[in-house]
Amino acid sequence: MMTEFFRKLRQASIPVTLTEFLTLLEALNQRVTTHSIEEFYYLARATLVKDERHYDRFDQVFGSHFQGLETRFGEVVGATVPLEWLRKLAELTLSEDDKALIEALGGWEKLMETFAQRLAEQEGRHQGGNKWVGTAGTSPFGAYGYNPEGIRIGQDTSRHRRAVKVWDRREFRNLDDTVELGTRNIKVALRRLRRFAREGAAQELDLDDTIRSTARNAGYLELKMVPERHNAVKVLLFLDVGGSMDDHVRACEELFSAARGEFKHLEYFYFHNMIYEGLWKDNRRRYTEKIETLTVLRTFGADYKLILVGDATMSPYEITYPGGSVEHFNPEAGDVWLNRLLDIYSRAIWLNPQPQNRWSYVPSIQMVRELMGDRMYPLTLEGLEQGIRTLQRAR
Amino acid sequence: MSQTRFRGTDRYVATDDLMMAVNAAVTLGRPLLVKGEPGTGKTQLAEEVALALNRPFIQWHIKSTTKAQQGLYEYDAVSRLRDSQLGDARVHDIGNYIIKGKLWEAFTHELQPVLLIDEIDKADIEFPNDLLLELDRMEFHVYETQQLVKARHRPVIIITSNNEKELPDAFLRRCFFHYIRFPDPETMERIVRVHYPDLKKRLLSEALEAFFEIRDVPGLKKRPSTSELLDWIKLLVAEDIPPEALRGDAHKLIPPLHGALLKNEQDVHLFERLLFMSRRKKD
Ligand SMILES: Nc1ncnc2c1ncn2[C@@H]1O[C@H](COP(=O)(O)OP(=O)(O)OP(=O)(O)O)[C@@H](O)[C@H]1O
Ligand SMILES: [Mg+2]
Repeated sequence: MMTEFFRKLRQASIPVTLTEFLTLLEALNQRVTTHSIEEFYYLARATLVKDERHYDRFDQVFGSHFQGLETRFGEVVGATVPLEWLRKLAELTLSEDDKALIEALGGWEKLMETFAQRLAEQEGRHQGGNKWVGTAGTSPFGAYGYNPEGIRIGQDTSRHRRAVKVWDRREFRNLDDTVELGTRNIKVALRRLRRFAREGAAQELDLDDTIRSTARNAGYLELKMVPERHNAVKVLLFLDVGGSMDDHVRACEELFSAARGEFKHLEYFYFHNMIYEGLWKDNRRRYTEKIETLTVLRTFGADYKLILVGDATMSPYEITYPGGSVEHFNPEAGDVWLNRLLDIYSRAIWLNPQPQNRWSYVPSIQMVRELMGDRMYPLTLEGLEQGIRTLQRAR
Repeated sequence: MSQTRFRGTDRYVATDDLMMAVNAAVTLGRPLLVKGEPGTGKTQLAEEVALALNRPFIQWHIKSTTKAQQGLYEYDAVSRLRDSQLGDARVHDIGNYIIKGKLWEAFTHELQPVLLIDEIDKADIEFPNDLLLELDRMEFHVYETQQLVKARHRPVIIITSNNEKELPDAFLRRCFFHYIRFPDPETMERIVRVHYPDLKKRLLSEALEAFFEIRDVPGLKKRPSTSELLDWIKLLVAEDIPPEALRGDAHKLIPPLHGALLKNEQDVHLFERLLFMSRRKKD
């Protein structure tokens, strides 16, 4: 039952690891909570979820998993943790550090043995006349003295709340923002870019460290340098506006407005559906003030990182045929232009606001993705992070 | 050990989920990471935990320039250099120039203290990672004096963040986590009560109603939080404002002394404009 719960959490993309699962076992073992499923819910949440954006998903999994079973709590959580399952899970989720830690503790068998032993002790010590109903005494959870009869739901909470279980209230719904990108999380992701910008930047004298080192060095001068603190990352941002993109313009603009504050060198241009010979800087004057794409490519050097934002949803003609554009006659096909861009800007990604599960149904998305050499990411925090990681990788 | 469970104090209201998070962290000796909107009592929590559990309190406030090493110790080489030029005898003992950091202080305290690491997200992104080893092992090495500083007791560590930066996964895995949700009206009532136990019932309920209505005004740059509400109530009491003056929904009436709630000029304008419009609609 518990292992199933754990699996469901991971399925719901809550990044729970074995370390945290073991912490939960340990907390139960130390009797952090003893009498209500509500407390168990709080404990599990504090142990397994490390980001409020995942609270809502956690609530849903918790609700569906333990549904109708609140009153038989002892039975519900009473199942042994199969060693084999833990091992498989470990391969999937453990970091090298975790693995080393487990080895240091004597390996899996030993760890499980210790658990069982501690449980047995606990069981022996447990007094007070309560008996647990339910399953095996070896169970890591059933053995902690939950009293299935004595569970009071909603104790200590206010009257009108008592009826609804905490996790069913879905109080954290508006904190889950994996679906769309908001200004808040976008900033976090973009900061990673900025941090990257410092690497390899020009060196400057670190006065404090120089003094310190010189003093350490019995007064002989020892110069210390650090990377310049200013933000050296250069970004070209190409935003798709108009047409089928309109739904997503807002998300793009958020990305854009968040980005503006983050970079010293940020140049942005608008395009429509696909890159052709002209771009524009001001969306309201797109017909009058076109800039030649070639000029842009000549102006901004290969050290710029290129971020294209667009839904790549169009007719395939717009990508592969001269004259395929819906707005004007383009002498050269879109893929020619995109390749020209990619030849110069080796570090480039395409962010796509369309939900990723729809990508495979739209031929033009597939085509653009291929042109990008697979460097297309959904416009979610996760996608953005992956994209930025790709941009950071030296090519 | 567990007879000292944290349940809030007479000056701090803790919700059930917060209590659980604190007690789990205390019992297992792992850090507790607390996030939440500004003014939701993150900083005060650690102090109250120390008070409730009768432990010494140590506060380490993090700034953008804070380095993890400063929590361990700093070597004041400049003073030493100066002393050596002046021929001061102290110079021979390098220990004279080692300045203990907050973590050192916490590790070597006679009693198990509560250590607050406040606003960890202000520091460089590497900061949490740089502390991992020390927090795991509860010991560190002083390179200059070849000394090993080992924790006498595992301090209770409470860490706050305002979400300015994301924290590394390896760090998060080792913490318990609690997000302080903005208090619902009932919890808020309890919070106000602990600050103003003698407040008249009517005034309190009118003030709360007006407060939550203002918080709901869409488009505010800075929504008023607990601390603003507390300030506002203090003013209301000081000026002897009668509860009637707060009555009626905020869409009809500008609450007195609203400057305490809305500190941003744009927000005040927005609010006044909304009031103006809703009044016109009703006429
Ligand atoms: N649960 C509570 N019980 C009692 N007082 C509270 C509570 N929550 C907040 N307050 C009061 O609100 C004010 C702000 O609290 P505090 O400074 O701890 O918030 P914070 O979350 O650390 O804010 P910031 O993010 O701005 O640092 C304090 O005066 C505190 O007494
Ligand atoms: Mg604070």
